Amino acid sequence: TRCLTLKICDCKARYRSRFGSLWPLPQNVVISPVAFMLRSSSFQIVHSAESSAGPGCSILQSAFRRYFEYMFGYTKNQGGNTKKGQDSEVTELQVWITSADSECDAYPSVTSDESYELTVDQPTAVLKAAKVWGALRGLETFSQLVYEDQYGAKKINKTDVQDFPRFAHRGLLLDSSRHFLPVKVILANLEAMAMNKYNVFHWHIVDDNSFPYESTVFPDLSRKGAYHPYTHIYTPTDVKMVIEFARMRGIRVISEFDTPGHTQSWGKGQMDLLTSCYSGENPTGSFGPVNPILNSTYDFMAKFFKEVSLVFPDTYIHLGGDEVDFTCWKSNPDIQAFMQEHGFDKDFKKLESYYIQKLLDIVGSTKKGYMIWQEVFDNGVKLKPDTIIHVWKGNEEQYSKELAAVTAAGFHALLSSPWYLNRISYGQDWTVAYKADPHDFNGTDAQKKLVIGGEACLWGEYVDATNLTPRLWPRASAVAERLWSNQNVTDVGDAYNRLTQHRCRMVARGIPAEPLFVGYCDQEYKGL
Amino acid sequence: THTHWILFMFLLTLQRVAPGGEAGVWPMPRKMSEGSERYALHPQGFSFRYGRDSSAQLGCSVLDAAFRRYFALCFPENTVETDRLSVSAGHGELTANTVWGALRGESHFRDLIIRLSRNLFLKIEDFPRFQYRGILLDTSRHFLPVRTILKTLDVMAYNKFNVLHWHVVDDPSFPYQSQSFPDLSNKGAFHPQSHVYTQADIRKMVSHARLRGIRIIPEFDSPGHTQSWGKGQPGLLTPCYKGLHPSGTFGPVNPTLSTNYNFMGRLLKEVSTLFPDPYIHLGGDEVDFSCWKSNPDVRMFMKKMGFGTDYGKLGSLYFKNMMNIIETLNKTSVVWQDVFDYHSSPKSLDVVEVWKAGCYMCEVRRVTAAGVRVILASPWYLDQPGPTHEWSRFYTVRPLAFTGTEHQKRLLIGGEVCLWGEYVDGTNLAPLLWPRASAAAERLWSDEAQTSSVSQAYPRLAAFRCKLLRRGVQAQPLFVGHCKHEYEDL
Repeated sequence: TRCLTLKICDCKARYRSRFGSLWPLPQNVVISPVAFMLRSSSFQIVHSAESSAGPGCSILQSAFRRYFEYMFGYTKNQGGNTKKGQDSEVTELQVWITSADSECDAYPSVTSDESYELTVDQPTAVLKAAKVWGALRGLETFSQLVYEDQYGAKKINKTDVQDFPRFAHRGLLLDSSRHFLPVKVILANLEAMAMNKYNVFHWHIVDDNSFPYESTVFPDLSRKGAYHPYTHIYTPTDVKMVIEFARMRGIRVISEFDTPGHTQSWGKGQMDLLTSCYSGENPTGSFGPVNPILNSTYDFMAKFFKEVSLVFPDTYIHLGGDEVDFTCWKSNPDIQAFMQEHGFDKDFKKLESYYIQKLLDIVGSTKKGYMIWQEVFDNGVKLKPDTIIHVWKGNEEQYSKELAAVTAAGFHALLSSPWYLNRISYGQDWTVAYKADPHDFNGTDAQKKLVIGGEACLWGEYVDATNLTPRLWPRASAVAERLWSNQNVTDVGDAYNRLTQHRCRMVARGIPAEPLFVGYCDQEYKGL
Repeated sequence: THTHWILFMFLLTLQRVAPGGEAGVWPMPRKMSEGSERYALHPQGFSFRYGRDSSAQLGCSVLDAAFRRYFALCFPENTVETDRLSVSAGHGELTANTVWGALRGESHFRDLIIRLSRNLFLKIEDFPRFQYRGILLDTSRHFLPVRTILKTLDVMAYNKFNVLHWHVVDDPSFPYQSQSFPDLSNKGAFHPQSHVYTQADIRKMVSHARLRGIRIIPEFDSPGHTQSWGKGQPGLLTPCYKGLHPSGTFGPVNPTLSTNYNFMGRLLKEVSTLFPDPYIHLGGDEVDFSCWKSNPDVRMFMKKMGFGTDYGKLGSLYFKNMMNIIETLNKTSVVWQDVFDYHSSPKSLDVVEVWKAGCYMCEVRRVTAAGVRVILASPWYLDQPGPTHEWSRFYTVRPLAFTGTEHQKRLLIGGEVCLWGEYVDGTNLAPLLWPRASAAAERLWSDEAQTSSVSQAYPRLAAFRCKLLRRGVQAQPLFVGHCKHEYEDL
């Protein structure tokens, strides 16, 4: 009961998009009506003779198998007995890495070339890409072109695709501190990310509530700070597994060790790291942000971030810097004295700046670049020119002002504000995420170029393995298309049509992506 | 030595337990007293038995199955072998008037064994506040695999829900496979093979539910919400008109044709044999009168009957006929409040389900004042998601907070959690339902005076939620925190 007001189109997917079920929509794609057959018994994905990658390239070997599984693995009908000779058949997909250095054994970065060209013809389809990263994206697209005809036979139409991402940084944030996320769930969501051409996993690994990251240099951090020192931690092996699993899918893993706020759990295993809060002359027993006046703090940070910089191969580390509550600092007499000595007077933003500056220098010396939340920029901290500012606050008017300010100051920016997927509501809120655009602000072309992309965020206060995947997908798919496809891809009705099919495909591949609206999938979700 | 080793294991993993608190006993029993004695529990020395004076004995299918089930839940690391147990020192006793009470008692017993607890409560006396404690599932907006429904029944039992209100068909699809009218699902289901419930499926669900003390009440909602019916039953729905010509679209069931009542009679006869419960829900909500109005034959009928322009009278006539059908089947009909609201003789109704938002207690007052029974659903629409911390709004409902006599209050037979399916299917049903529905479960079972504090309920509910996880239920978190055993699947 309760009549529904349909917010968008009348959602009867009776007409088919001329782009089939492609998601995200490629930059250039033409699908002809000529259909070819595909048979699992005779179809193969191979390296082309001219390719600079071969059987030694594990990223591609692994991807070939994965995509073959996706295309043929979970279907009831293999379509084996259709009249031979009647329909032309595609027997081979040749993958051709054109650049001399395929980057097969490298880690993806923000400058990685993810472009590809796909020509589907018979008997051979060809996927051309400069680097393996483009091949991965192209394989996903190829698998999305495959469909079943009315007899259950696998088909693919003659198609031409030239594709590349609009934004180089297309990320997803998961929070494993508010709730521990088993590695299995992280891996499954990396898998789903690859299906949506996401290329950054922003791992908000620790925070106030728990410290699950097992540090070899400071083992007490997780021993005392995790929800449970054995069962609710990420061992070095776990972390390696996540990083490699991601790499095999062209996904960067950017860790976030958020300071000086959001650090309650750090203080359990690292004495004197956090500021003692005072009530008048006496310590209250509770603690605030990291203590910025002690040398021991920076000593610790140097050692800790040295380890982090070695464990996480990505060029960038996210340093957090959000929501620093000054009350505890204010209350502490040593800090008050320090403020006087340094002429900060009562301006705690200057103290925050002092801390961040020193932290950035420490991290900078590990040769890593850094990303920080917008507060650090807003509070006037001096930053290196290649710092990436992560915009997360405010409504459309506010974040577009912020993007303008950040890029006007010459910094790179990432947008997350409209994409806080932990905020849920009744109905099709994916359309709201879909409509937001990182270029929606007043600025020059040069400024717009400084926006390198965005991230969908799934904060963990109310999320763990029981509800993470349906809450993320397919809503995060809406963001994925906004970040990959051309700016003019804005037709919500066409998107609905493609996205409902894409969602059913994710379900068939074992991802419990929740429904967009009333309807069904040929294969409903098997798990529970 | 084996027993000693197990005892040692128990002692190793002692937890501090507050009475009923971190044990996560949910819903709260009427009376629960804890002694200071502690008893160890181990699978070798423990068994469920029929009391000597019990009228149920070995061979009682409900309890035989339950003993086995609850033994496995109490000792999850052990395989279930109910018969190899010897009597250890001391035994507990579970007394109940009926097997249904025994089932509820067992689930309390199981609640009290926190994996390796060291406490055993000495005495629990319990009975439900309301007789009807239901969950509505909608299998028309999205098809729900049988497995999902069976699993939901299991979790309902853990929460002492005792009714599954199955809203099986509606506008978008007709998944009920009828023997008398196979075209209904052949033409009306999302897919006639894969997205249907066969008679065998239904028998399985009814039996699975019965063994857990749960009734299944089917709802065949009409005359509105019937678009999918028209696909396989031509002539059933009213053709809407645009001026003098049919527009091509259809509206509610055409109440002017006797053929339609014949059809309904046969369909409901089949339904009433498949579903043994005495209640059948006839729906009756959100009937759009405009299509009836537009149709010249219907207008003529209105004139003939002297109804003027009051289409509420036509709706009432439809329901009078439908309820007659139900009566001849010896069943009781349940309808949504819309029927009560437009009915010309509302006192003739049996059971009314109050679902609309706003002053729902006002409606409860009106319906009970007319001497009609009420099921309350309005405050428990769980298809509305929300951060889980909003579970408290389901908990703080006060179902009897309306002005009325004792007799009127007794007419409120219970309540129902509704999980409408527009945005729900097998991928997200479990986290949406649990543990938010548990809040309603306690409101419907427990004594309101003892369970009015949200802050006191929170730790118990959080512990209960962890317990559900331990049992493989995909219950979402209430807030920041952790459980010993996290959910590891997808």
